[in-house]
Amino acid sequence: MKYIDEFRKLGPALSIVKSIEKKAGNQQMTFMEVCGTHTMAIARSGIRQMLPENINLISGPGCPVCVTPNSTIDYSIELARRDNVIITTFGDMMRVPGSYSSLAKERAKKSNIKIVTSTIDALEIARQNPHKKVVFIGVGFETTAPTIAASILIAEKENIKNYFVLSAHKVMPPPMDVLSRGDIPLNGYICPGHVSAIIGSKSYDFLPEKYGIACVVAGFEPLDILKSIDMLADQVARSNPSVETEYKRVVTPEGNIHAKAVMNKVFEEDDSEWRGIGVIPKSGLKIRSNYKMFDAEEKFSVDLPPVKEAEGCLCGEVLQGKVIPTDCPLFGSVCNPSEPVGPCMVSTEGTCAAYYKYLRSER
Amino acid sequence: MILKKDSVVTLAHGGGGTLTQQLIEEIFVPAFKNSYLTPLNDSALLGLNSSRIAYTTDSFTVDPVFFPGGDIGYLSVCGTVNDLAVSGAEPRFLSVGMIIEEGLKFSELEKIVKSIKKAADEAGVVIVTGDTKVVEKGKGDKIFINTSGIGEFTKDLTLIPSNIKPGDKIIVNGEIGYHGMAVITARESFGFSNVINSDVAPLNRIIKKVVESGARIKVMRDATRGGVATVLNEIAGSAGFTIEIEEERIPVAEIVRGACELLGFDPLYVANEGIVVLFVDSADAEDVIRIMRKEKYGEKSRVIGTVTDRSEGIVVEHTSIGSTRVLDLLTGEMLPRIC
Repeated sequence: MKYIDEFRKLGPALSIVKSIEKKAGNQQMTFMEVCGTHTMAIARSGIRQMLPENINLISGPGCPVCVTPNSTIDYSIELARRDNVIITTFGDMMRVPGSYSSLAKERAKKSNIKIVTSTIDALEIARQNPHKKVVFIGVGFETTAPTIAASILIAEKENIKNYFVLSAHKVMPPPMDVLSRGDIPLNGYICPGHVSAIIGSKSYDFLPEKYGIACVVAGFEPLDILKSIDMLADQVARSNPSVETEYKRVVTPEGNIHAKAVMNKVFEEDDSEWRGIGVIPKSGLKIRSNYKMFDAEEKFSVDLPPVKEAEGCLCGEVLQGKVIPTDCPLFGSVCNPSEPVGPCMVSTEGTCAAYYKYLRSER
Repeated sequence: MILKKDSVVTLAHGGGGTLTQQLIEEIFVPAFKNSYLTPLNDSALLGLNSSRIAYTTDSFTVDPVFFPGGDIGYLSVCGTVNDLAVSGAEPRFLSVGMIIEEGLKFSELEKIVKSIKKAADEAGVVIVTGDTKVVEKGKGDKIFINTSGIGEFTKDLTLIPSNIKPGDKIIVNGEIGYHGMAVITARESFGFSNVINSDVAPLNRIIKKVVESGARIKVMRDATRGGVATVLNEIAGSAGFTIEIEEERIPVAEIVRGACELLGFDPLYVANEGIVVLFVDSADAEDVIRIMRKEKYGEKSRVIGTVTDRSEGIVVEHTSIGSTRVLDLLTGEMLPRIC
């Protein structure tokens, strides 16, 4: 099957939209997605325009770069300013503003910050620069955490002594728990696609059980998303919330057992601060004590200047679905992709970036 | 042959003395032998038939220097030839300036110079003058090339965005996205089993055929960095009309689409080096397609969209699932050093 073609066909799209209209009837339904790739896929495909007015799609804290607090960025910058340190990072983190600067601005002063596409490259940089300390900025959800864990295991096996990871990883179901108890009446979640490929769809069972919220694990093609909304509307209309998987070609109930094992070998759960939401218990990943020789926070003690939030920035509220980007007074004028004030505008998966790119001119 | 093939360019070769002479005589002159260049004067003395000329320059920093489907030499000629051709002029004379990092192998330099010659011959242009400098190791990146070019108008054409009118059709000459994906997949170790080749090509001959047909061409652009979407935005913004394109009509090869999907790129924003975007009067569109499809580099020509009468200078795409989305300008570097 040609997945790209088949999941982007007009005929099936229109018939799924008809089905959604029928199932939703007149009932107001609010569905939240918590995955940056879904944010972009929904905006890019123009799906909102096709849905009936009573279906409201909102974005939650699905962009790992956006939910990373300023303190993590400030810490990375302080490390970058040290002698003999090479910072390796995914490209997305480069332009995110911290309290005072960004990695991109620092790179312009001193060329010790390198963009990598995976930790394989970061390890290679460590091997090739034995006299430098190579720090990988580990930002991401469970989709990337296993590969970061694997890099630590490789470093251990090869006795690489100059490779460190700053673990700023976060894990997904906990914020959904917090948001389900929050102010916004949610009828359902469009559950993340690739996080679920790792953790398994069973991870969301508590949401319908505890809160009566419908859950569908969705793929990323337009038809995946439309079909998932159809399945959610069906659950809500029949007051029968459960966890269903639309993205069956990739996601199973148990997830990727091997990836989870690797992740759990190196990391353990810890409390973690989410931009806008605050500290959520057991929502982050910390490097276990037996791997502390690879832990950047163990290796480097840093005196951070006071953490500052950008004035007027509503990223925190956007991340909780409390406001949409166009509600923010800075949106488009002061804050835009060329000169972002907050991470939601600069990240390739940020809600504000998605709105700016695809929905700004929507009438 | 005094220069050994496995030896390298050194600072001394840029010094202006005997080693520089050697470099010129053993590598450049054999490749570029012609009546304008061979005298090796400080300036080339040229004559043109038309009093209306086009002039352009471009610099090339592509990494890697040798990529699937081409190299920096071939690219440096095609880039400038195409810039002249899309303005409606016939490219005639090029200059080639090189900044070489000490340590570049002579065998590599020779390969690049041969590619320049090959591209120039294919385009029917002459390399009439050049310059070479050598910088210390670490102060360049193998080689940077600048070319500038002169073309002349054989027809009275002024191809600018303000020519376009509602109803005009938008045509591309082939499948998009090859060059950027060829370079990025060659550069990173993605381990793709299929090689994507750059589409780098001189387009002056196919463009000349369209110009000579008398078709009413409004404006043309070559869609390099930033891709087709960027060109369309520039034109829509200048002209002040909304442009509409159909996702289904945009030609993209499977291999490019696959690589784009895997890496999260949109083919409409990926660089090309062999794609021209033409705005033509709707009555002439069919004829133009017919003419282009008979030519090399035009076999897959397609109409991809229309100029509307709405006065907002944006680009809108009708997607394959029946929705519409705005194609905005890119911010920031999608892919650095691809041309």
